[in-house]
Amino acid sequence: MTLTYQAIVFLPLIGFVIAGLAGHRIGHRNAEIITSGLLIISAMLAWLVFLPMLFAAPAEGAAGEAALHAEAVKVELFRWISSGEIDIGWVIRVDTLTAVMLVVVTTISAVVHVYSIGYMHDDPGRWRFFAFLSFFTFAMLMLVTADNLVQMFFGWEGVGLASYLLIGFWYHKPSANAAAMKAFVVNRIGDFGFSLGIFGTFFLFGALDFDTIFHAVPGMEGTVLHFLWGDWDALTLIALLLFVGAMGKSAQFLLHTWLPDAMEGPTPVSALIHAATMVTAGVFMVARMSPLFEASPVAMTVVLYIGAITAFFAATVGLVQNDIKRVIAYSTCSQLGYMFVALGAGVYSAGIFHLFTHAFFKALLFLGAGAVIHAMHHEQDMRRMGGLRKKIPVTYGLMIIGTLALTGVGIPGTPFGFAGFFSKDAIVEAAYGVGGTNGAFAFWSLVIAALFTSFYSWRLLHMTFHGPTRADAQIFEHAHESPNVMLWPLYVLAAGAVLAGVVFNDFFFGHAEHIMHFFAGSVVVDEAALDAAHAAPLWVKWAPTMAMLIGFVVAFQMYVRDRELPARLANANRGLYQFLLNKWYFDELYDFLFIRPTLWIGRALWRGFDDWFVDKTIVEGLGDRVRDVTQRVVRLQSGYLYHYAFAMLIGVAALVTWAIAAGGLN
Amino acid sequence: MIETSILTAITFLPLIGALAIVTVPGDSARFDATMRWIALVTTLTVFAATLVLWAMFDPADPDFQFVVNFEWLPGGIGYRMGVDGISILLVVLTALLLPICVVASWQSITVRVREYMIAFLILETLMIGAFATLDLALFFVFFEGSLIPMFLIIGIWGGKRRVQASYKFFFYTFTGSVFMLIAIMAIYWQAGTLDIAKLLTFEFTPEAQFWLWLAFFASFAVKLPMWPFHRWLPEAHVEAPTAGSVILAAVLLKFGGYGFLRFSLPMFPDASALFTNFVFALSVVAIIATSLVALVQEDMKKLIAYSSVAHMGFVTMGIFSGTKQGVDGALFQMLSHGLVSGALFLSVGVIYDRMHTREISAYGGLADRMPRYATAFVIFSLANIGLPGTSGFIGEFLTLIAAFSVNTWVAAGAALGVILSAAYALWLVWRLVFGALDKDNLKSILDLSRREMAVLVPLIVLIIFFGFYPAPILDAIGPAVDALVHDYAGTIGLAAEMAVDSAATAVH
Repeated sequence: MTLTYQAIVFLPLIGFVIAGLAGHRIGHRNAEIITSGLLIISAMLAWLVFLPMLFAAPAEGAAGEAALHAEAVKVELFRWISSGEIDIGWVIRVDTLTAVMLVVVTTISAVVHVYSIGYMHDDPGRWRFFAFLSFFTFAMLMLVTADNLVQMFFGWEGVGLASYLLIGFWYHKPSANAAAMKAFVVNRIGDFGFSLGIFGTFFLFGALDFDTIFHAVPGMEGTVLHFLWGDWDALTLIALLLFVGAMGKSAQFLLHTWLPDAMEGPTPVSALIHAATMVTAGVFMVARMSPLFEASPVAMTVVLYIGAITAFFAATVGLVQNDIKRVIAYSTCSQLGYMFVALGAGVYSAGIFHLFTHAFFKALLFLGAGAVIHAMHHEQDMRRMGGLRKKIPVTYGLMIIGTLALTGVGIPGTPFGFAGFFSKDAIVEAAYGVGGTNGAFAFWSLVIAALFTSFYSWRLLHMTFHGPTRADAQIFEHAHESPNVMLWPLYVLAAGAVLAGVVFNDFFFGHAEHIMHFFAGSVVVDEAALDAAHAAPLWVKWAPTMAMLIGFVVAFQMYVRDRELPARLANANRGLYQFLLNKWYFDELYDFLFIRPTLWIGRALWRGFDDWFVDKTIVEGLGDRVRDVTQRVVRLQSGYLYHYAFAMLIGVAALVTWAIAAGGLN
Repeated sequence: MIETSILTAITFLPLIGALAIVTVPGDSARFDATMRWIALVTTLTVFAATLVLWAMFDPADPDFQFVVNFEWLPGGIGYRMGVDGISILLVVLTALLLPICVVASWQSITVRVREYMIAFLILETLMIGAFATLDLALFFVFFEGSLIPMFLIIGIWGGKRRVQASYKFFFYTFTGSVFMLIAIMAIYWQAGTLDIAKLLTFEFTPEAQFWLWLAFFASFAVKLPMWPFHRWLPEAHVEAPTAGSVILAAVLLKFGGYGFLRFSLPMFPDASALFTNFVFALSVVAIIATSLVALVQEDMKKLIAYSSVAHMGFVTMGIFSGTKQGVDGALFQMLSHGLVSGALFLSVGVIYDRMHTREISAYGGLADRMPRYATAFVIFSLANIGLPGTSGFIGEFLTLIAAFSVNTWVAAGAALGVILSAAYALWLVWRLVFGALDKDNLKSILDLSRREMAVLVPLIVLIIFFGFYPAPILDAIGPAVDALVHDYAGTIGLAAEMAVDSAATAVH
């Protein structure tokens, strides 16, 4: 098994090294085949690791108890940083949580690799593209197999780098460069919190590996840590600092601004990195650290609120966007908010469930959108689409499946439903189960967000595929179905979008015992929170479905029956429309609050402090004084700088001699 | 035999190379190649010798090794050499960079090649000597002596405003050193010896420590440089020829950090403890302020120079945290910065050699014509940002984690610098190598030559290797740092215990 784990993680690395170093020599086609082939092997191995975990027979009695707290499998590779008490190694840790992520990451990545062979077929930088994709996969696998916070941070920054490189893949475009840099820097703001969280963890626990930390958490409850200006509850502080990192990576409210811009990258990148895998790293991190978060009710509440606000906020912006990829990007942002609500509610398995199902249908939607863009010769504006249903019927069908899964179509109380139906309803029930004001806030935010989700998803479909076309006649004429190399990956994802929910529901959101057995201690299973979620009344279970239906009907009314209605509404509510269209003016606000002042201070420090104060005033002033003195006393007017310097030095030397003699020695 | 002679050999071998270059006849250009080869062979030999030194070095022993001790004046000045975990790798780093500098100057230096190579070889002797000597007077000679060849390198082979820059360089660092010279004299009067090994165990009175610490600080703070004594550095870097910048950033700045570690912390522990918060404040300001200044630079060499100052802030922060992780991190950061800043200045030199301008706005879209260069430059920039997996991460991580345990304000402030470094470094990458290649004079620019690859590829390999596997370095410096930290904590014992107690009460 050891070898299997290593193969899963390192095959993509090998692909990256081959394609990256020799890509220009072996050619595009070989680079494509090697990287994709290695990833397919990696994905199959990942399923090989994951499937036995599903079928492991429930053990009885003491053995069963032991299984609940089974130690994760660890493959130690080699030492990394050792200094004093810090002793960090490169370790591959595999437990159920990791296995779920392995399956998600390698499957989606393999699918995206294959799809990209078609999508990028005429790009001159293909081998570079495939190298980056494989590098991303490797970094992501290092992240999910980490056994300590620092290795996780390595993967965390590695995926950030891959994201930077791939967003800016078309580096000729200024907008792509700007978006790439924005993504990296905003993520670094999150990492500021993450790294302080790591330092705090080390300060508190004296260790950075997960098992040591988790074992020590119970003993640390109530501990106070002095941080900056005040004393804080240590566990809450650390959990919140780590969560800031998660907010950056998972594009949560306030640190979300980079994700929509990241759509500048090629569409397969958006599907892999900015929908299915990297952006869920924050969710994974909180789930991984669940024993820590569980010990801090305050941190849990913050996670719940941030998630709920993001789910709602991003959905509102998604309502009015016209770029097909941006709609899906905001949708991703919103769905990530759902996942955090589940974590904040203490039902970690539900959050991971949604992560799992979302990966399939969101990747499907993105790659479907890519097929549309491909068919339309790189047109992304939905206002210049429409009527594509007849032109690209297969893509149309696949997008419908993705939409049904995203909006959560299904019949509550029965095993009939698309993937999103199960996981989203699980989260909504979990939110309701929290109870009180917090629970109500989260629950209603999610239900309203579900309505919006349904609306913008159907709006997207109507604007793209239905009605008369608004596209350029020639482009529309030449719109064509994608080649099989792009369609087959979509079939795989479609299967996931249909089945992932119904097949795995019991493992993630069934009876507490079942979940505990499945996760075997890799995340906290809070029976109380789970029971509260299961005990939600029937109307709660129906609420998201009703919201979804309303959203569908409204979208149908506005974009099929009365096509003038959206324009009229926008004109009638100018302010609100602009507010949403401009994404609540976050970019403008941040530009005003942070970017301009930063540059201004930089210039002031440079021109003002360094050049004027230090250089002109102090140093030259000193030189002038020295010259005055020498002119008067020595009458030496040589004009050589070193004469002045020398004279000055003698004076200073005398002063210090006196100081040392008087103050120190006698 | 080798035990006692290898350090002397390493130190003075470059002088023999310099002598050989003197003997090359004639002034005509055709002898230039001979001189270059002599310099290259000499520096490579020295580098190989330092590798032998590293291999023979016993990392488990925290004391000085390869010790030579000849008295000149009884009880006073002597020829004393020796290295421990703190200095040995700085010697190796110096010897590694010299051949790189010689190769980097192969074509860009065409006038006064003889003097240029001699200056570099003398400089190598002085730099290695400064790290390897165990006599304070000799240290001062090496430390100060290195000013002269550097002064000449900037002043003769530098850019347009080279004379002004070289004087400013001289003026600043010499001023600082004068204080140190006086302090050295004071130390001799008091301790009766300048043997560093003996001084390390000598106990100065707290009052004496106070003044001596300040005097040494004046010298090292300028050298490192710490904010606000850094103003000479951007100018010197901008005007210096590429190889001069490399040596300046990679080795000469390290004198400051080395001095703090060798003298300030162990000899004046009480004063060091007293000034800890002062140094912390300057370090954090350095990290934040100079990163902000780097953000708005229009000259790429200046940008990298300012980023150097910011990175040295991590070094001082780590050293004065007085903890194992802090000092380990500071030393690692010094070594890593030697590789990374050296590599960055070399990269800048590559395009400067082609276009003869340092203006960032004169470039753009180089990735089109120079894919190899773009790759190298991106990797170096990422190492400069401190991305995990590059050597830049280890030092920043260790110094930050140490700072957090001492003072969370310092850690938070310094961690802000990590955001800013990403901003300025990536913005530079964007403006130089990405974007559209629409400037006419760039359209025929050539990618890295074999010679340039030979210079940059080893640095890439080292930066990534030590990013994933820093153990060779951390193991070599570990015991010496352990001993240093232990003694430091022991000497300031009472204060340290109180700090631990208050931290403990804060925790519980």
